[in-house]
Amino acid sequence: MTEARRTAPANPPPIGLRPGGPPMAFLQDSPKSKNARATLRRLWGYLERQRWVLAGTALLVILTSIADLLGPYLMGLALDTYINTGDLPGLAQLLGWMLLTYILASAGTWLQTYLMAGVAQRAVRDMREDLFARLQALPLRYFDQHAHGYIMSRLTNDLESIGNILATNASQLLSNVLSLVGVIIIIFIMNVPLAVVSLVIMPLTFFLTRMIASRTRSGFRHTQKLLGELNGIIEETISGEQVVKAFVREELSVAQFSTVNRQLQKAALRARVLTNFMGPVMNMIGNLGLGVVACTGGWLAVQGLATVGEIASFISYSGRLSRPLNMIAQLFASIQASLAGAERVFETMDELPESDSPTAVAMERIQGHVRLKDVSFGYKPGTLVLKNVNLEATPGQMIALVGPTGAGKTTIANLLTRFYDIDSGTIEIDGQDVAGVRKDDLRRKLGLVLQDNFLFAATVMENIRYGRLEASDEEVRAAARLANADMFIHRLPQGYQTVLAERGSNLSQGQRQLLAIARAVLADPDILILDEATSNVDTRTEKHLQDALMHLMQGRTSFVIAHRLSTIREADQVLVIQNGEIVERGSHQTLLDQKGFYYNLYMSQFKGQAI
Amino acid sequence: MAVSSLQQEEKRSLFQLASLRLMRFVKPYWRWVLIAPLLMTVEVTMDLMQPRMVERIIDEGIARLDLNLVLQTGLLMFGLAIIGALGGMSNGFFAESTVQAFGADLRETLFRHVQTFSFGNLDELETGQIITRLTNDVTQVQDALLMILRIMVRAPLLLIGSLIMAVITSPQLAFLPLLLMPIELVTVIWFVNKATPLYTVVQTRLDALNGVMQENLAGIRVVKAFVRARHEEARFRQANENLTSQSTRAARTVAIMPAFMMLTMNIGIIGVLWFGGIQVTAGQMQTGQIVAFINYLTTTLFSLIMVSQMVLQLARAEASAKRIQEVLDSQPQVRNQAHALTHFTPCGRVAFENVTFTYKGENGDPVLKNIHFVAEPGQTVALLGTTGAGKSTLVRLIPRFYDVTSGRITIDGQDIRTIDQAVLRRNIGIALQETVLFSGTIRDNIRYGRPEAGDDEVIAAAKAAQAHDFIQAMPEGYDTQLGQRGVNLSGGQKQRIAIARALLLKPAVLILDDSTSAVDIETETKIQAALEVIMQNRTSFVIAQRISTVLNADKILVLDDGQIVAEGTHRELLAGSPVYREIYDSQLGNGGSHD
Repeated sequence: MTEARRTAPANPPPIGLRPGGPPMAFLQDSPKSKNARATLRRLWGYLERQRWVLAGTALLVILTSIADLLGPYLMGLALDTYINTGDLPGLAQLLGWMLLTYILASAGTWLQTYLMAGVAQRAVRDMREDLFARLQALPLRYFDQHAHGYIMSRLTNDLESIGNILATNASQLLSNVLSLVGVIIIIFIMNVPLAVVSLVIMPLTFFLTRMIASRTRSGFRHTQKLLGELNGIIEETISGEQVVKAFVREELSVAQFSTVNRQLQKAALRARVLTNFMGPVMNMIGNLGLGVVACTGGWLAVQGLATVGEIASFISYSGRLSRPLNMIAQLFASIQASLAGAERVFETMDELPESDSPTAVAMERIQGHVRLKDVSFGYKPGTLVLKNVNLEATPGQMIALVGPTGAGKTTIANLLTRFYDIDSGTIEIDGQDVAGVRKDDLRRKLGLVLQDNFLFAATVMENIRYGRLEASDEEVRAAARLANADMFIHRLPQGYQTVLAERGSNLSQGQRQLLAIARAVLADPDILILDEATSNVDTRTEKHLQDALMHLMQGRTSFVIAHRLSTIREADQVLVIQNGEIVERGSHQTLLDQKGFYYNLYMSQFKGQAI
Repeated sequence: MAVSSLQQEEKRSLFQLASLRLMRFVKPYWRWVLIAPLLMTVEVTMDLMQPRMVERIIDEGIARLDLNLVLQTGLLMFGLAIIGALGGMSNGFFAESTVQAFGADLRETLFRHVQTFSFGNLDELETGQIITRLTNDVTQVQDALLMILRIMVRAPLLLIGSLIMAVITSPQLAFLPLLLMPIELVTVIWFVNKATPLYTVVQTRLDALNGVMQENLAGIRVVKAFVRARHEEARFRQANENLTSQSTRAARTVAIMPAFMMLTMNIGIIGVLWFGGIQVTAGQMQTGQIVAFINYLTTTLFSLIMVSQMVLQLARAEASAKRIQEVLDSQPQVRNQAHALTHFTPCGRVAFENVTFTYKGENGDPVLKNIHFVAEPGQTVALLGTTGAGKSTLVRLIPRFYDVTSGRITIDGQDIRTIDQAVLRRNIGIALQETVLFSGTIRDNIRYGRPEAGDDEVIAAAKAAQAHDFIQAMPEGYDTQLGQRGVNLSGGQKQRIAIARALLLKPAVLILDDSTSAVDIETETKIQAALEVIMQNRTSFVIAQRISTVLNADKILVLDDGQIVAEGTHRELLAGSPVYREIYDSQLGNGGSHD
């Protein structure tokens, strides 16, 4: 049962489909957002529907910030007015008010965090859903060109960091800006010359932040690149671990890993140490500022331009300058990084989906008359995989496509399903150009069974039912029986309710194939495409399967791609494809009589087999 | 009794914390770990001295109109600031050095450990899981360690320092921090206990969502072919909704904590003002003392909040540490014996003696039952049978990918369990059913099992596997770079490279597990002709679907449901085995009309 291991990539794309460039190029991107304004506007689109909650939260942030600034004032009042005069009843009254303020401020803080958690989660949920829906609509070409890791990273990391800015960073930014502004106003009211002096540190802060940030950026880029490389090694080695073991490559793998691992250690250290300097440097600036204010204040006092009390409270306020400044700088950096993530999410959402032309029509009940006229196609511009292919299948015919590996057989299947659009020529079904038909309609008429079929981590029953969601349990069983899968399913621990492992890896490849065929049987399509559907089923099983398929193909137009000539002997037409062109066509017997390419193929299978 | 046993349980669980166990990886860097807090102490001390300096400027400089003293103190403040910054920066350096070295060591140990795993381990811990543990989880633990080395030192220092100062400043008010601290502490513990399970569920639901996404991406062709986008979106929406509701619940539960902490602190200030006010009115205290006390009180409680928030983060890192430790704790299921043979050059007589095998942990019947046969050196043994009959399992036992459940397998009479795994496997070349290639050049892939092989050997192997021609046709020939998992090759091409890779070993035992299923017939025939020569002095095991492939085998084993139901040559079986006859007929259709 566990014969097959789980290393198979799901559906390897045909040859030459991957673009030459590395798919990891995104890692080298600078973490800065390119068009922050447009990104923010789109982000707002997700927040707009919750704008009243947002407004409430903003109000709460403002109120709590004010309460925060009010604290030192009330404290001073208590000390100067009541404690120094010994007015205990007055003090009790004031403390009562203070308690009320603090309770309200805490309640405000709590409510604000509570509300923002909901707002952020809802916005991220909506974005995730939109992104996923868009991914479902994107053409296969997109998935060929983007590594799964890249797409996953949009759906996970990027969205998570957006969630973070929404949940905490945004309101923190607001409250820090508010307290900064509040403190600046207060110190200017208190003493203008001192206020000016204490603001001198502000540009210094920005200057130093900038300097460190620009130094670290290239370091982080390098770190990211090495990290990507290391993760690549990890992923590749561990998913290919069985081969590593079979060929005793463990030591070499470790050595390869170790090299990059140590490089990463050094690069990360270099980049991050500089960033770590930021904190102490900021702290130092704050302390320097304190010194400047104290000295200036001292000088002013000596000159009689300020009182001691003024200086004391001034210092306590100016100490509140550097913290929000620090926070704003940090928040800015993380918000910018998140915005870059948001931008990547939106870019993915902006990818052009598979679309039907506005005039596309529904596909009615069809006979299954398929015609390819002068069809040419290439996965990459400039390299044609199919050249001027012409073929015609009358309803109910079985067309066999044979030819060497890489000749373009699978590509024909990819074009019939319109996974890719042809470069030139036309494909017609019942005389209707499929380019003018809704893709979903077209695909519902087609049944596709691939060489390596994808199964979901769900029950056997659910996997077969994927072919027709509304099918009853009995119909599912009937389809399984027809595909000869019923027998092995019964031998599984929980029969039809057995939950398959990821990608069905607890089944052998042949068993997976049988399930996929059952799935197609259940879908009951008008046109069948079997892409090497039986190549991994052993011959005994195949014999039964063949009967089932023959039965299934009755009255349906079918395209069969197979290596085994015995499979296709029954075909109405055999098309021999080589280098993207149909080189021979006819029935099995006529082609044999021609003694051409097909004849050689056929003879080679049974060579030396005289009984 | 009950209480004490509960305490014992708690105590034990504290020492069993996975993150503490991982701390053994910090050990080599203990010097840095000691220096980092010292340097942080320098920074904290300098910071604590600043207010004293300010006080000096005000009380002594301004009061006495001594401008010199003001400037002197100002300069001193500059100096202190710079020393403090230097302390902080070097703390950053040592902390970061420790963390990066720790992370790199941990990753390497994990990676090395995974390399010792047998197939059974890999089935148990899923591939994706192992990758996550090596990447994300290590980062999590690294971040936690950095936090400990940087902030965790600072906060307790501040906490203790300011608490002492508070008591010194005003012993009469000391009861306030001593009362408030336990309240805060209890609150923190309560929150940690409440939040941890909530976040565990968040993680589970996140995994579920990722699962749906990964599956969808991997199966995108099937989704499109069956026009199931709506269905997939519904599935995704469900997982998304589950995650969102749980994340919201967790975030909202945690939200009350900082608010409550702030309130406790502010109530403390009010308390100081009230009780201090009474003392001042009674003439037992100065106003200045109240101001100072408030300062120290807030610092104390603020540090406590910092510590508590870090504990929360550490709790999250603990989950990662646990998952890492789980990998480190799994023992390889196939292990070398104490005095395993390290020199072994067999002729290749492979014997199965009453072998029974069950995949560990799988309930149900054994996959192989009482398998008993001998393959003489140089013989070709073909395995036939229905899907799931146990063919692949049988051949996977020969290189000890799994150990037999009972019975034994010998090569040249030597029980394979007494041979060093690496030595055993160097003598066995295998091309697996599902081809895995690695990024790198085609040449690197072919000589994967023997990196020192020369170009002529590589080409010879490729020629035998019928891969030479298509490799030559590629623009860069053998130097062509393959993408991850060989994505830029067709299935048949990948299989041929995998065969070449196995042939290059020139092994005593060659195993081809359905390794030509995606190769077209013409090419396959050529491969077979070439293999016939190569296999002459090697024992070969061939699993194939096509009967033509196995016609010339010295021995054919027909497997059904884990048992050998027929054994013999083609001729013998054709005469004596109805099962074989049936397979043969089905393969040739209606009796081979081409004759």
